[in-house]
Amino acid sequence: MHLESLSVVDWRSYASTDVALGPGVRVLVGPNAQGKTNLLEAVHYLATGASHRVASDAPLVRAGASAAVLRAQARVGEDARRATVEIEVRPGGRSRAQLNGQPQRRVADAVGVVRAVLFAPEDLALVRGDPSDRRRFLDGLLAQRRPAYAAARGEYERVLRQRNQLLKDARRRAGRVDATLADWTDALARAGATLLAARIAVVHALAGPTAAAYRELLAGPTGPEAADRVGLAYESSTGRRIAAEPEAGVPDPAELVEELRTALVERGDEEIERGITLVGPHRDELALAIGELPARGYASHGECWSLALALRLASREVLREVGDEPIVVLDDVFAELDVTRRARLAERCRGFEQVLISAAVDEDVPLDGVRYRVRGGTVIPLAEEVA
Amino acid sequence: MYEGPIQDVIEELGRLPGVGPKSAQRIAFHLLNVERADAQRLADAIVAVKDRVRFCARCFNVAEAEECRICRDARRDPRVLCVVEEPRDLMAIEKTSEFRGRYHVLGGAISPIDGVGPEQLRVKELMARLGEEAVEEIVLAMSPNIEGEATASYLARTLKAMDLRVSRIASGLPVGGDLEYADEVTLGRAFAGRTEV
Repeated sequence: MHLESLSVVDWRSYASTDVALGPGVRVLVGPNAQGKTNLLEAVHYLATGASHRVASDAPLVRAGASAAVLRAQARVGEDARRATVEIEVRPGGRSRAQLNGQPQRRVADAVGVVRAVLFAPEDLALVRGDPSDRRRFLDGLLAQRRPAYAAARGEYERVLRQRNQLLKDARRRAGRVDATLADWTDALARAGATLLAARIAVVHALAGPTAAAYRELLAGPTGPEAADRVGLAYESSTGRRIAAEPEAGVPDPAELVEELRTALVERGDEEIERGITLVGPHRDELALAIGELPARGYASHGECWSLALALRLASREVLREVGDEPIVVLDDVFAELDVTRRARLAERCRGFEQVLISAAVDEDVPLDGVRYRVRGGTVIPLAEEVA
Repeated sequence: MYEGPIQDVIEELGRLPGVGPKSAQRIAFHLLNVERADAQRLADAIVAVKDRVRFCARCFNVAEAEECRICRDARRDPRVLCVVEEPRDLMAIEKTSEFRGRYHVLGGAISPIDGVGPEQLRVKELMARLGEEAVEEIVLAMSPNIEGEATASYLARTLKAMDLRVSRIASGLPVGGDLEYADEVTLGRAFAGRTEV
């Protein structure tokens, strides 16, 4: 899919701006702090219902305004039919969304028509950050791949809050456990197994494309299979480690429920002592390795960048399996790469339906495509540079 | 700010659930315009609900006498007991006229965050009834949310030791609705609970 146009009103630094887009490569060029990232953030919001930079909606609305409006004209599906998505972001109240002019019951119902994979400098945290950063990556990808996942995650979090409260109460009463703990353990195991099965499946699906993308960035598309092959593994808080294999199937959910329940019961005493749930998808880790070594802690700066980028490029492949080809959004990426890797990333992006790029320096982006000058909240296409 | 009684009425109405300041004002001015007899009837009804309505000594449904109408009705099947969270849930089931047994109202659902455990619900009373009455089957009709599920799970576990048939009402798609309008969770649940035909 691709966007034909993007309009934002009272979004971040923009009062009101329309940008005519289209298929192929589109590069937003301009000095820092002029609003390039804000536009790419808008695309991400339309695709996921959230910002990739901030957890709450409040900073997204221009100072003094009560709501921001994002509108995208898109071409979707194999027949490239027109679709319009509009989201009104209202931090103090209820955000609203329209799909092709029809008001939707929930914003979530309009999210997902625009599909995008965004890579930004913050993504270095995918490799170097805490396990929570990698869990958020998996959950974000899953929510885009399967709308039911976000709901399942919400349910899990509610069960988790209830169970933690019960454990906290037990700790306060010197370890006297409420009779319903077993029921909440059951509920947590059931809700957790749903997330676990989905996460393991998506890690399996990511493994091949991530290794391939990493190899390409390092050695080029025809380069030999490097010794430092990227490996993914899902490390469950139950103690099980599942090495990702592209051909591996999804574990049986009933088995996962049992596994979670057993692990929860085993650590029951410790849980009561600490007043918190110690087993479950909220404590799992996506382990990344380059060759034999864990990427976190061992990989060089350049390797971290390449691996984070490879994870996002692999996300594109994973999303493409189940629907429209997503837009690839590269925020301020090229400047961070050396000339060789820039060329390889550019090579990789050729043939993508739509690539939206931001860069401070035009020459950093070795790709033909339409350029836009972004300065002080205005976006002007540079027609003479249209390739 | 209005003067005197009208402001009092607005403030009192504004305290009610689901009534905002604007609605409170609209209702207050409506009351100002109705006949005195109508206003009196409303006032009497409000006082009567506090004075006369109490909870059924057997099932804890709202009642006007010692026991509620359903518990007093000899035509109801005493062998089947339907356990619900609130009197509202009981009324919803009654409207179907499908269930001819009796009820037991728990007064809520288990929710540690809200400080509600089995001791805060009428579980003890349920167990006592099972000892006294000739109940053979229990239908757990809690809401299909996580608190309702936990309550049903706890009761099912507790009741297992007794020689009873225990069932949980099904959850899934609303009848007469369109599949495409169902939310993901409901549809997922309906899939998980699919039945062979």
